Amino acid sequence: MIIASNVSKQFGKLKALDDVSTTCNKGECIALIGPNGSGKTTFIKSILGMVVPDSGFITFKDKNILHHWKYREQIGYMPQIGRYPDNMTIGQVLDMMKDIRSENPALDEDLIKAFSLNNLLNKRMRTLSGGTRQKVSAALAFLFNPAVLILDEPTAGLDPVASEQLKEKIIAEKEKGKLVLITSHVLSELDELVTRIIYMQDGKLLFHKSIEALRQDTGEDKLSKAIAKVMTK
Amino acid sequence: MTDILRNRIVLVYTLFLLAASLSVFSLEDNSSKGLLSLLNIILIVVPLVSIIFSTIYVYNSAEFIELLVSQPLKRKTIWLSLFTGLSASLLVAFFIGAGIPVLIYQATMIGFTMIAVGSLLSIIFVAIAMLATVKTRDKAKGIGAAIMLWLYFSLLFDGLVLFLLFQFADYPMEKPMIAISALNPIDLSRILILLQLDVSAMMGYTGAVFKDFFGTYTGIGFSFATLILWIALPVWYSTRKFNTKDL
Repeated sequence: MIIASNVSKQFGKLKALDDVSTTCNKGECIALIGPNGSGKTTFIKSILGMVVPDSGFITFKDKNILHHWKYREQIGYMPQIGRYPDNMTIGQVLDMMKDIRSENPALDEDLIKAFSLNNLLNKRMRTLSGGTRQKVSAALAFLFNPAVLILDEPTAGLDPVASEQLKEKIIAEKEKGKLVLITSHVLSELDELVTRIIYMQDGKLLFHKSIEALRQDTGEDKLSKAIAKVMTK
Repeated sequence: MTDILRNRIVLVYTLFLLAASLSVFSLEDNSSKGLLSLLNIILIVVPLVSIIFSTIYVYNSAEFIELLVSQPLKRKTIWLSLFTGLSASLLVAFFIGAGIPVLIYQATMIGFTMIAVGSLLSIIFVAIAMLATVKTRDKAKGIGAAIMLWLYFSLLFDGLVLFLLFQFADYPMEKPMIAISALNPIDLSRILILLQLDVSAMMGYTGAVFKDFFGTYTGIGFSFATLILWIALPVWYSTRKFNTKDL
């Protein structure tokens, strides 16, 4: 579904992405793992067209995404830090997003219900806590039933109940045959979610394996231990 | 874009303009004198508030702009609606703050020119602010650049012009001065209104040349066209930059 070929991106002297090539198919739940500053977020942003690669290209459903924007209808994105205009209420933000993506009538309001955001519709964004903002971002990402979900540190700042609800939702969407891309540092909670692992370091993609293959290679059952083994190698 | 209108700073700005213009008009017995005092306030405050407010607003909504870019929207649409939202709300503030008092006390050709010029100045400095924000990533640097730009247009530029005039005092500088004044929207607006106020005699011989040029309809047309160009060029250029910017 998403194919990246030899994508490179440089910020000044820093090589954020160095010749990254990979393929992501539907029905997969892929974890992007790597130390801080390894280029995970840059990679996500280049899929979303927010960062334009210096060389290489990315295709979405066999179409080059360069200078196109329509394809983003099929992507739900949850940013690492969600900030919204201070003086808008949650209801207004939701309405605005619905307005932007009006072509998709089938709304998926499961998360809005799960997080009981309906009771907070008149709250101003400025007054919200970081966790509630994350809930709004998550609800927005799932709201339009996109074929691809891109979640950047989804559970950071969420309370245990909410992150459990979010995880259930992610599993449910994966079962429906959607592609889910997650970055996270909390490896223990990825265990039950992901089917494949992409490991990045210093802008390079070191490997892209299924989780079973990784378990076999390292001889560890837990993802966190397996990754630790890879990192220290 | 109700967000911007609700913003406290815009509210304070409106009230300040309102208070300033009302007090100026009630202090002076002659309302055209009042207009002159108001002119100076407008020429300093309107650009300052427009440029600083827009810069800070764009930087503060950086993450939200990122989110919008990840939605199925053209970048051009996002940038232009941001521009429209900012300039519309500053226009409303200016109109309530300064436009209505001017219309009450001085509903003449001069008053209308002043409102038109003030509105254009608001939009021009929103456009310049957006150019500054698209050029610099760093918030502190961007706001610094915005302040420098304002300082340049309202103070430094005049100093430079004065310097040039002294250096070339032996040459006939009147005609080139017209061209130079087009390089600064604030100067251009000032000349436009001063000439309408018939105080151009105070500007000496240069004033007479200005009067010859800016007093005519072609002159007024030229200056409004220049002011609009001052909006169009930054907006066009910043949109182009934003289209290829990494967020």
